[in-house]
Amino acid sequence: MRLSGLQKEVLGLYRQCLRECRKKPEATRAHFKSFARNEFDKNMKVEKKDFAAIEFFLRKGRRQLDMYASPGVKDVAVQ
Amino acid sequence: MAALRSSSARLLSLGSLRSAFRLATAAPVRGFAQLADAAQQSQTSSDKPANLKTFQLYRWNPDTPTEKPRMQSYTIDLNKTGPMVLDALIRIKNELDPTVTFRRSCREGICGSCAMNINGTNTLACLCRIPTEDNADMKIYPLPHTYVVKDLVPDLTHFYKQYKSIKPYLQRDTPSPDGKEYRQSKADRRKLDGLYECILCACCSTSCPSYWWNSEEYLGPAILLQSYRWLADSRDERTAERRDALNNSMSLYRCHTILNCTRTCPKGLNPGLAIAKIKKEMSF
Repeated sequence: MRLSGLQKEVLGLYRQCLRECRKKPEATRAHFKSFARNEFDKNMKVEKKDFAAIEFFLRKGRRQLDMYASPGVKDVAVQ
Repeated sequence: MAALRSSSARLLSLGSLRSAFRLATAAPVRGFAQLADAAQQSQTSSDKPANLKTFQLYRWNPDTPTEKPRMQSYTIDLNKTGPMVLDALIRIKNELDPTVTFRRSCREGICGSCAMNINGTNTLACLCRIPTEDNADMKIYPLPHTYVVKDLVPDLTHFYKQYKSIKPYLQRDTPSPDGKEYRQSKADRRKLDGLYECILCACCSTSCPSYWWNSEEYLGPAILLQSYRWLADSRDERTAERRDALNNSMSLYRCHTILNCTRTCPKGLNPGLAIAKIKKEMSF
């Protein structure tokens, strides 16, 4: 299946999140991974054609990634 | 004897106080208030009929991102509201709908928080009078071509990042000759007039079509005005580096002298002129 540009961007963000997880201390790496996955799962039911909402989530996700990727963040709790 | 007298005086005063209290409680306080209110109402209704004005506000809530942004109307009586749009917004938030979200701080045009698009013009809500001559609805949107955080609050992260990129501070290597402040002549100081007053409200940048299409790389009028403020400063010693940083096709030369910036600036500054001066400095 060919992916649309927006879908590629979402996948790209997800991959970036997983890559950032690898830079975290080994003990808490799983937490970050499940946290990232959980963040994506939360918005799974958004309509595929609701571009405005998906773009908003992308921006929000990038902001979150910037924040959690900073080296000061050592652990995260999944709520 | 003296002690006795004073105590009796105290007793007396207490008694008078008590009687005053009794009087006050005897008089129907509630009734007074109602009377005052009624008098006010009759006064306003006699010489000032309710001057209703409808405000249409852009509403969008990030908690429900799948809902489309919409316009919501609020009608208020201008006789009970201050003269500025910000007064009306604050009144709407206080009395009609506490969920309306906007930035505000100084209410006198010095902080630049309340920049928004009012009736199609970017301006500060606190400096924009509510037009009283017509009854047309006022339309209030967030600054155009910005990501919206909520309702009328724009996301200015990128704008501030660009501001940071021009290093908006004094860069010097040589200490001042007498170890005191870095002094400058009156003529040099005068060069900064019309530049230092900018409050970075982003009204000009978000009104510039060139900035709409190239906001990633083009700095925009507000930031270029600040660039020029540091280029023109006689105390700064990195003028050449600053000029080099602007010397590419995007940062500065995306300005096509559309001059929306100068027309919209709520502080009456002239970013267009400042950009023209940078261009002139770069070419000679």
